[in-house]
Amino acid sequence: MLKNIVMIMSKYWKVFLLTGVGYTLLLSALTVFFGTILGILICLGRMSKVKILKGFCSTIVDIIRGTPMLLQIYVGYFLVPKLLPFQVSEFAAVTVAFAINSGCYLSEAFRSGIQAVDRGQMEAARSLGLTYSQAMKNVILPQAIKNILPALGNEFIMITKDTSLASTFFIGEVMTSYLKVKGITYLTMECLIIVAVIYYVLTKVLSFIIGKLERRLRTSD
Amino acid sequence: MIKTENLHKSFQIEGREPLHVLKGVTEHIEKGEVVSIIGPSGGGKSTFLRCLNMLETPEEGHIWFEGVDITAADVDINIHRQKMGMVFQHFNVFPNMTVQQNITLAPVLTKKKTQAEADEMACELLNRVGLLEKKDEHPSRLSGGQKQRLAIVRALAMEPNVMLFDEPTSALDPEMVGEVLDVIKGLVKTGMTSVIVTHEMGFAREVSNRVLFMDGGIIAEEGSPDEVFYHPQNPRTKEFLSKVLY
Repeated sequence: MLKNIVMIMSKYWKVFLLTGVGYTLLLSALTVFFGTILGILICLGRMSKVKILKGFCSTIVDIIRGTPMLLQIYVGYFLVPKLLPFQVSEFAAVTVAFAINSGCYLSEAFRSGIQAVDRGQMEAARSLGLTYSQAMKNVILPQAIKNILPALGNEFIMITKDTSLASTFFIGEVMTSYLKVKGITYLTMECLIIVAVIYYVLTKVLSFIIGKLERRLRTSD
Repeated sequence: MIKTENLHKSFQIEGREPLHVLKGVTEHIEKGEVVSIIGPSGGGKSTFLRCLNMLETPEEGHIWFEGVDITAADVDINIHRQKMGMVFQHFNVFPNMTVQQNITLAPVLTKKKTQAEADEMACELLNRVGLLEKKDEHPSRLSGGQKQRLAIVRALAMEPNVMLFDEPTSALDPEMVGEVLDVIKGLVKTGMTSVIVTHEMGFAREVSNRVLFMDGGIIAEEGSPDEVFYHPQNPRTKEFLSKVLY
């Protein structure tokens, strides 16, 4: 078996390590980036006083949290190209589904991070005559970010693993590499072990980097 | 300076009867006056004070600040709050900023001062309360008394016309109460109009021109410190004062 693994890697390492890891990292980075932006917007919507906006954002979050991610990727894959007037790549369509999913989960993390800031901070800022948005921007959000960062890092790691679901549509990430190489070599177990090691190392490296970032932020307190 | 008329406020708690905290408070605080509010917990003291700058919105009644009805729907409350300083029981200093930034934030954001002017004033104010050498520290490095002194000068940096104190010494260790009260005393001597909710009876008697005793959501008794503390008329005032040591 070990022999087979070495053989597969020497022949197909580019498929796993360049294409596979590359697409996995690209997809998770894009997801976290757009998910964060979307998460902030949904979070603001849910905390807003406008009832329609609040209801709309709450409903989206409710639906996304109540349905499987694989189903959301299917919907994204088939629906996004139909909704947009221009040509969309499969990768882009799947990314949209991932970003919406991640945005909804992150909006929850943002909301609890903001609500964890002591109420007195907002009152003190408002008592000085600052507007709500000035108080938010200068007093509340800088403190909330510290509460949110661990959740954001966690989400990044979760997403990296969840991108494997995108292999359903052969968009090129690590799990797609597995499907391709297995199809050529018929060595299922060996390919699975390779993919498992890749995911494990990937998430370990990511959590190491995120842990370092968090520690640096804490010391700047 | 501040006039209230028939203020009512209740808090809605889910699944329970609404809590009626203020039951019609009518009061007039004149310019230059120092008014202390005393009374048992739950009597509405803090709620009344927090209504004065609209941190709590009364359901009924009106508040006039310098002649403007600030309970009106079309009033820009931020402009009026800039002229009312407030000091909280739990200090509420901003932990994400240095001591100096805590003071300069509001004057700069509200465009009252440039950053340079605000910095200069911050040093002056910090010097006044003996915190100048702490100006580049974060509040987490300050003691409770120092935090509260910072909170007081942060409010003063907006050059308010009235100061509202919400139990400024209740969260302090006993040995730090004195330093905060001294700052408030110094401030009151400069003629600053002040409303002080406090449990420090000796302090209230010493600094105020007028004392309000609040109980059950109304002002049950008011008068000069001498009248309220030594010749209380209302049986509830008598009972309250007999229970507190001062």
